[in-house]
This record gives sequence, C-alpha cells and structure tokens, in this order.
Amino acid sequence: MSNEELHEEEELDLASLPDDELVQQMHDDLYDGLKEEIEEGTNILLERGWGPVKVMNEALVAGMTIVGIDFRDGILFVPEVLLAANAMKGGMTILRPLLAETGAPPIGTAVIGTVKGDIHDIGKNLVTMMWEGAGMEVFDLGINNPVENYLEALEKHKPDIIGMSALLTTTMPYMKVVVEEMEKQGIRDDYIVLVGGAPLNEEFGKAVGADAYCRDAAVAVETAKELITAHRAARAEQPIAVAA
Amino acid sequence: MARTTLLLACGALAKEIAWLIRNNGWTHLQVRYLPADWHNHPERIAPEIDRRLADWRKHYTACFVAYGDCGSGGQLDAVLARHGVERLPGAHCYEFFSGTAAFAQLMDEELGTFFLTDFLVRHFDKLIIKELGLDRHPQLRDMYFGHYQRLVYLTQLPDPELERQAQEAAERLGLAYEQRLTGLDGFAANLSALNPQAASCLS
Repeated sequence: MSNEELHEEEELDLASLPDDELVQQMHDDLYDGLKEEIEEGTNILLERGWGPVKVMNEALVAGMTIVGIDFRDGILFVPEVLLAANAMKGGMTILRPLLAETGAPPIGTAVIGTVKGDIHDIGKNLVTMMWEGAGMEVFDLGINNPVENYLEALEKHKPDIIGMSALLTTTMPYMKVVVEEMEKQGIRDDYIVLVGGAPLNEEFGKAVGADAYCRDAAVAVETAKELITAHRAARAEQPIAVAA
Repeated sequence: MARTTLLLACGALAKEIAWLIRNNGWTHLQVRYLPADWHNHPERIAPEIDRRLADWRKHYTACFVAYGDCGSGGQLDAVLARHGVERLPGAHCYEFFSGTAAFAQLMDEELGTFFLTDFLVRHFDKLIIKELGLDRHPQLRDMYFGHYQRLVYLTQLPDPELERQAQEAAERLGLAYEQRLTGLDGFAANLSALNPQAASCLS
C-alpha cells in the first residue's frame, strides 16, 4: 500500500460520526488548529438540522474554552492559540449570517479597538471572536484608534461595553485619555470600560479608571457577562427623574 | 580596581556592554547578565530582578540596571523604586540605542515598524521565528506582522554579515528593509549617567 493510500485510509470521515463524537472531534480539531475540518464539521452539523446557536456553543465555544484553559495553565502557547482561533474563525464565518437570521437578541454589545499608536491586534481579535461566540454583538474598530473613534462608535452603537487593547508600554497610557474624555463628556458611567493587553495589570486598569482588566480572552468573556448583568440591573434600579 | 558597582543587565546587551567595558576601562563594574529571552516574556522581568536585587544589592556600594521598561508595564519601575535603583531611560533597547528623539521620529515616519538590533539579528531564528512558532506554522506570519510595513535594523557595531542577515529577515517577514546606524555612543552616555564612576573613566 502506498503512503498516499495509507493516508487516505487513515483520514477520518467526519460525516460518518454520530453527533456527540463529531462534536468531540471538533473540539480536538479546534485544539489542533484545523480550520478546514472545523468548517466541514460546522456544515455537517447544520445539515443535520442543528441550529447555529447550538453549533456555536457546543462545538466551537466549548472547544475554544478548552484551548483558553490550557493557554492559561501554560500547556498551550500563543502560536497554538492563534491556530485554534483561526480555525474557530472559519466556523464563525459560516455561522455569523445564520446567527443574524435567527433574530435572537445579543446578550450584549461592545465596541473594541487597539488604542492610538498601537497596531498589535492579536489579543483584540481573540477577544472579539470569543465575545461573538458568547452571543455578543461586537463592533471592531480595528487598530490605532484615537479617542474620537471610540466616542463616535459609542454614539453610533450605544454598546454596553467599550474595550481597549494595547501591547506597548508606551501606548497603554492612552486608555486613560479615552476614559477622561468620557468623563468630561459625562458619559463614563453609561458604559462598562474593559481593558487588556500583555503589559497591563489590575492595578493599571484601576489607575486608568476602567471597570475591569481582562487577563485573557476567556476572562474577557466572563467579565463581560458579569458586568453587563450588573450594569443593566443597576440601571433598572435607578429612580426615574420627575420634572418639577 | 575592586568591583564595587553591580550592573544587572539584559543578556541581549552583553556584547555591547563588554565592548564598552573593554574600551572605557570600567573595571569597577561587576556585570551580571539575565536571560535575553525574557524579551519575549516581559512578565518575568520585574519579579526576577526584584529577587536578585534582594540577594545581591547589599554586597555593592552602588547598583543599576541595564533594562528599559521592556514591556513590564511599569512593574520594573515599581521594583526599582523599592530598592532605590535606577535603570536606563526609555521603553526598550530600541529607544536607548537610537535615542529617544530619533526613535520617536522613526515611529512617526511609520507606526508599523519592526525593529531589530545586532543581538536580535544574531538570534532572529530562535527569538523571532521559533518563539512565534513561524518555523512550524509559517501561515501565522501575517497574523503577527500583517500591520507592519518595514523592518528597521538598528545597527550598533556594523558587520556586513549581520546586515545581510537583517535583510534576509525582512524578506522572510515580507517587510521593506531599512538600516540605521546607532553606534554605541548614546548607550554609553546613558550608562555613564547612571554610574558616575564610569563617567569619570570616560572623561
């Protein structure tokens, strides 16, 4: 038997797997960063009648959560996480229009971008994808954003969250510029401010006036869910001003 | 001369510091180099330097640190303030080799500039290609470098072979190539400013 034949024989036929084994296989394929296999698995589940939300949650987000845990624990490193994220992106590209068609309201909305002077968007892209995977609507402002870009996006999208990301020690202080401008305009408390990036820490997050610092994409998901719930509850409790 | 001054330095500066010691007669310096690969793991810098200063500081009349902030996000400065120890000015070696104004100019010219120094050219395969996983997954290149436009090789001690390797590095990353000669004068002046005894050797 030639090597080619042997390879073909060993290649796993995803369509032959029952649902539970296919989902498990997709978790493994996400872990290994196999984009084509994730796209194929996503299509198979959809053909079998799975809704896009179920495919996203059970096959993609659950798989990416394992990747996030192993990254946090030092078992996986940045290159492997990027490959996994790229594979998940393949699945999300198929699901995104279908998710929009369901008409299900997002659990929250966010604008996110790297701050002025910073072109490093790997972390920001991971958070964007994980937030989308968690059912949030995310408006990605891209890289190198001056304060005006953030303010314009807040005005336009009225999100729950503004997320700012920086990789450089020299650019991270710009987050304070954005928060101070929000304060000056009297809109700071209308939004949840989340910050992240390799050189940041809790202390820095507090110093710039953010609501929270997110160590990684998985933490960003949990923090966003928690704070959106708290923020909405707090706003619901606010007394309604009555004109005299 | 007794080695009364401790210099804790990033291993990425070893060749340049050795050159300055040899050429300036800084025989009072006891240099201890720390792993250069912390360049890719800046979270390790502050706690590791903290530990070493706690152990070694008392054995010397003076002490200083040849690091920039180096991505520690101010954590290194907090540690140094506690020990009463100073470091080189600037965010990183690109800045203290080229000088703050010249570095700002380079960034103004092109925000998407990726820098290499002599050390980083020499260790490009290990610190950039292997650490970023590009040897195993070359398809990740554009995820890392997609927003970069050019590679600037900041040259400390000119060497045609390093220039060739830097050019090759730019090609591998798909970036335009430029070279700027920084020399070591600015770096020497910064070290001397932290260390008056060295300054007196220079004068």
